Amino acid sequence: MTNILLIVFAITLLYFSIANRLMTYLSLLTAQGLLLFGVALVELHQMNIVNLAFILLETVVVKAVAIPLFIRYVIKKNKIKREAEPFVPYFVSLIVATLIIAAAYVLSMVADMPQSGKPYFAAALAAVFCGLFFIVSRKKIITHVICYVLIENGVFILSMAVGNEMPLLVNLGVLLDVFVSVFLLGIFINKVGNVINDGDVNQLSTIKD
Amino acid sequence: MIIAYLIASVTIALLLFVCRNRVASIALMTLFVLIQCSLTVYEFIIKDMADAVYFKPDALALIMLSALTVVTIPALIHKSNYINPEDDSPRVRGIYQGAMVLLVMALSAAYLSSHIAVTWIFVEITTLSASALVFHRRNAGSIEATWKYIFVCSISLVFVFIGILLLGISLGNAQQFDLQYDMLVAIAPSLDTFWIKIAFVFIFAGYTAKFGLVPMYTAGIDAKDKAPAPAAGLFSSVLMNVGFVGVFRMWQIVAHTSVLPWAANVVTAAALLSVVVAAVYLIKVKNVKRMLAYSSVEHMGVVALGLAAGGVGYFAAILHLVLHTFAKSALFFQVGHIYRIYHTKNIYHIGNYLKYNRAGAVLLLLGFVCITATPPSGLFISELMVFKSIFEAGSFIALAFVLILLTIIIWALGKNFFKMLFTPAPTCGQIENVKVSTLETATQFVLLALVFWLGLCPPQCFVDLINEAVQLLTH
Repeated sequence: MTNILLIVFAITLLYFSIANRLMTYLSLLTAQGLLLFGVALVELHQMNIVNLAFILLETVVVKAVAIPLFIRYVIKKNKIKREAEPFVPYFVSLIVATLIIAAAYVLSMVADMPQSGKPYFAAALAAVFCGLFFIVSRKKIITHVICYVLIENGVFILSMAVGNEMPLLVNLGVLLDVFVSVFLLGIFINKVGNVINDGDVNQLSTIKD
Repeated sequence: MIIAYLIASVTIALLLFVCRNRVASIALMTLFVLIQCSLTVYEFIIKDMADAVYFKPDALALIMLSALTVVTIPALIHKSNYINPEDDSPRVRGIYQGAMVLLVMALSAAYLSSHIAVTWIFVEITTLSASALVFHRRNAGSIEATWKYIFVCSISLVFVFIGILLLGISLGNAQQFDLQYDMLVAIAPSLDTFWIKIAFVFIFAGYTAKFGLVPMYTAGIDAKDKAPAPAAGLFSSVLMNVGFVGVFRMWQIVAHTSVLPWAANVVTAAALLSVVVAAVYLIKVKNVKRMLAYSSVEHMGVVALGLAAGGVGYFAAILHLVLHTFAKSALFFQVGHIYRIYHTKNIYHIGNYLKYNRAGAVLLLLGFVCITATPPSGLFISELMVFKSIFEAGSFIALAFVLILLTIIIWALGKNFFKMLFTPAPTCGQIENVKVSTLETATQFVLLALVFWLGLCPPQCFVDLINEAVQLLTH
């Protein structure tokens, strides 16, 4: 069951690489949040109410609903163009994303770890490196924030590969981190939008030597 | 005690955010300095004993904490409103002061932390508070710098977190998931080398954003350029130290495994590239703050080389870091004065500084002696020890390479410093004879005096403390 969910997660990465609208990105983030909830639910060993509530909060409420809604609000408010405007053709993005997923799979096969952890490791690495690739290959700064959330999703999967022994404190720290970073970045896009007309990274290159 | 300190600092920071009264905010800042000092004294008293489970003042933490406390006092005395004193709104000032307090609080806690995830959380808080300081001026440049700083640091800290998770995987399911440094060091020899290697790469790459090495140094440069001078002084000294502490803690684990030579190669490569980057940019840099920031990158490269070389290099790295902390923060505080007189950061429009501010010019000259590691500055001693350790480690090519690059750096720095001090600026506009605060200049001289004193005739307790920190790696 978890394998299916993780494979679907990897497929969302491929879809991400060819999607050409910002709203599609947000839908994909929502889908990923729900998938993460599914994975966490299956993995949950002891069904106590605190764990369940926490996972629900972290995946569904924050990752699937709050962050996409907030980014949608930022896009609307700043009248950012709906196209993703990548630097490279979608076809190349697709090839690179495929290669990253394949490489992550191969690496997980050679890694010395329990068999059950391998799919998590592969999906997590794929999400992190796809996220980094999308950051450098997309022009808008709002897509950078979206890709940051994508990377955080990868980290969430990786934390499940470690097992359920992750202390709640650390998990809480991560959640806070995602929350604060995304909101801070969102607020800054508003500020950037006030000074710079289009949210384009090319315009963020005045400081240099 | 540390918990009380954290609560008190956060309370003071919140009060500063809302406080609109100048006298009240000065009182709050003074109170915070007192709390910071008493924390430092207290941690010395309970040396090597766990404090609130997740904190433990070991020798390295104590050295860094003392350096932080020393630098904090002048940083909080210095005024932030050099750029446009007339536009000094109480709200902006409150945010600046609150963020300063939060930054110092997070740095102290990150040094003292004995748990890898707790360190990570407090380093994250330093990013957030530092970005508020970078944003202080609220113009296009500071928005750009803040954006880059938050983004690069967030990504870097995600890397660190991935590294921590990978360390967790290496512990396997048999071990309880407890990432206290002491426990990790104890079981380090039994860990799988594949996971140690991959975790080390992620954690090191992530902390380079704070440490100021290749690959993630870029955001720090912009932040130091755009932050007000006192904040930039903290960024290029104590905030870089927190990156070093993060790497050092990981090094403690690596030093007890068989991957040490491999990790040393990784760090050496990053350090050499950092010195190259610093040399290249220092030749063409026009902005005095960016010049000092690139010089910090060079010094961190030297520190990392010492760490990688081992032997006497460990001692030299820590000594170099402490001395650099004082020298570079003094210079950044002085840049605040320079800006106040010339209203520009461009080196070509700054000239004949000796004529306008004699004490400041002498300080700049002494600072130049320090950051180029010319004798009799203390940094000369530590840099020489780093070179000795590289020589002993047998990497002659790396040593020759670094020495050539450092010569270029000394030339580039000398060109700019002497131009600022003695040559009249070509576009000599209206330069008013601004009076700068004598108290602020005096504190800068005290910081530089520390560099000479600690380098040339260090007190025995200081040497013992560094030796104890080195023993964390070798035992």
